[in-house]
Amino acid sequence: MKANCWIAPNRVAVEEVPDPQILNPRDAVVRVTSSAICGSDLHLLDGFVPTMKRGDILGHEFMGEIVELGEGVRDGLRVGDRVVVGFPIACGGCSSCQRGLYSVCENSNPNAAMAELAMGHTPAGIFGYSHMMGGYAGGQAQYVRVPYADVGALKITDDLPDEQVLFLSDVLPTGYMAAELCDIKPGDTVAVWGAGPVGQFAAASAYLLGAGSVIVIDRFPYRLLMARDRVGAETINYEETDVLDTLRELTAGRGPDACIDAVGMEGHHASAALHAYDRAKQAVKAETDRPHALREAILSCRNGGTISAIGAYGGFIDKFPMGSFMNRSLTMRSGQAHVQRYMRPLLERIRNGEIDPSFIITHTMRLEDAPQGYDIFKNKQEECVKVVLKP
Amino acid sequence: MGVRSATDALGIERATQDRGTEGLARLLGWFSLGLGVTALAAGSRLSRMTGVDDSRTAPVVLRAAGVRELGHAAALLVPRRPGLGAWTRVAGDIMDLAATGQALRHRRGDRQRRLTYVMTALAGITAVDLYVSVRATLRRRGMTGTGRAYGSVTINRAPEQAYGFWHDFENLPRFMYHLQSVRITDDRRSQWIAKAPGGRSVQWQAEIIEDRPNQLIRWRSVDGARVPNSGVVRFTPVAGGKATEVRVELEYAPPGRVLGALVARAFGENPQQQISDDLRRFKQVIETGEITRSDGTPDGPSVRSQVKQRPARPLATHRSV
Repeated sequence: MKANCWIAPNRVAVEEVPDPQILNPRDAVVRVTSSAICGSDLHLLDGFVPTMKRGDILGHEFMGEIVELGEGVRDGLRVGDRVVVGFPIACGGCSSCQRGLYSVCENSNPNAAMAELAMGHTPAGIFGYSHMMGGYAGGQAQYVRVPYADVGALKITDDLPDEQVLFLSDVLPTGYMAAELCDIKPGDTVAVWGAGPVGQFAAASAYLLGAGSVIVIDRFPYRLLMARDRVGAETINYEETDVLDTLRELTAGRGPDACIDAVGMEGHHASAALHAYDRAKQAVKAETDRPHALREAILSCRNGGTISAIGAYGGFIDKFPMGSFMNRSLTMRSGQAHVQRYMRPLLERIRNGEIDPSFIITHTMRLEDAPQGYDIFKNKQEECVKVVLKP
Repeated sequence: MGVRSATDALGIERATQDRGTEGLARLLGWFSLGLGVTALAAGSRLSRMTGVDDSRTAPVVLRAAGVRELGHAAALLVPRRPGLGAWTRVAGDIMDLAATGQALRHRRGDRQRRLTYVMTALAGITAVDLYVSVRATLRRRGMTGTGRAYGSVTINRAPEQAYGFWHDFENLPRFMYHLQSVRITDDRRSQWIAKAPGGRSVQWQAEIIEDRPNQLIRWRSVDGARVPNSGVVRFTPVAGGKATEVRVELEYAPPGRVLGALVARAFGENPQQQISDDLRRFKQVIETGEITRSDGTPDGPSVRSQVKQRPARPLATHRSV
């Protein structure tokens, strides 16, 4: 089959690889009908996530049709079923899974010891997301093996097109969880750093959960326009205005009730000097992540407010404003999305027409053109927000 | 939830053993610091004392040695555990012995006498450094000769289930990869076959010597086994009895003799590591019904396979379930 593979930092290529097979009783093999490139795939592309190997198949947002099933799949799945697959691989049987914390499944990372070295304890395995996260082949391919399919694969019974349900695999639940972590009270003001797919969905979800006002911060006018027109958010271009001042002004001095960091480890700063400072430290590995958005979110948040850190971080950051965080009674909540917990309720919301996630798609390309898709997405060419790949 | 070291008596005992040589290693670190500072701050007095103040190169050599001593101090004092840092001192000792030997060849009388004292002191220090380094290396390799390993894991199942699964020893090879098979022969006895290097195997008969339902199983190989070994597994309820802490201790013939070495290999190259891997797989089998496999790690968790990762793409050959 054909699959999009990581070759080296800043290089991916579509290669011919063997077809996946059932390795375990609870596995399924899915013929992929749509997959997407995620913002976090760009961290892999840029070489900021350790333990990547030449030839790793990328992709953790995908859906398709079950073509083969292990004999132990319990949850009524059949060959021929149309399914969306959540990006965290979760067993369903450990105490984390049973508490709904699927992205910290205790059993799904066979390379747990590697992650323990870096993080103390291991999170769940993730499709196509480094060997530290399990060494699983991803879904930017014609076929993909899905372990614990009875937990990770959600059957889609109605005729909703791929474009409307594909994002149940990651970015929609991720954005939704970002808003849910904010514990929004009716009428709250929520600020969202990053107007990429997760930021757009976080802003939309904040409204669904009762926010009175949502403010989205980015530097690309076309993305801010999308947040304004499609989500109904107010916007701040941080290259044009000072974010802290503007947020103070918009909230009459108090600051937003909750701040969502939907940027993560490769943030930018309006000041070229400050950006260069963190970029240089990252280049020499004195810090692994550039937390510009997180720092600003903390300083902006109202006293006693909540920070929701949903953008992906990999390792260590510098200049964490701990003084502001501690003295002003802030709360920070975080996590990779517990996708399996949100898939069904969000599918309901899509069916009811409360949200149509397909609005973020700007590019649909053939799988063979994945390297070009990565390039366009990374460099924000052609007003790119989301690339969908069709095998 | 990873596999962590137990805080049982065995763990404490091991930790105390380690602490002796680690304390000595720290002391050597402070000694290096003192020596380094002295050599840099009072180089001329030092060269008079040692009898090399007649040489023009001696101050340079002494200063370099001082800087080097500060390096040893950093290696031994900065890390949380000194580890193999003492070997840097052994290397330094060899340099010092060579330099002193060189200086000794060209000197007579009082200077020769002073340098001989230095040489003797150096030899003594080298012996201490060598002792500390060798102990640290042996400890690192898990070869202190105790022949023991321990590990623990939390299982999201009631003690009855965890105990029941373990008590059926025929289940053990499902997650203990060094075992080829276990066959229960009667109420208390079972026949164990372990894999040994070169496609060979080691066999023994084991008997249960203590059995407290849902709490503890203790077993040992019967007299006359080529491979004397024993083990105990304890089950402690947590989370109101819904989950279980499982703690395992294994003991086997200490390595050293040919057979002992073979046994050590049969139990894995590093028994401590092996037991961690075993317990991860035990948790997976009991909580999910299978061992987690990925394309990078197709045989399931083991630290060895983590080092030799395959790319995350499907294997070409078919593997049976």
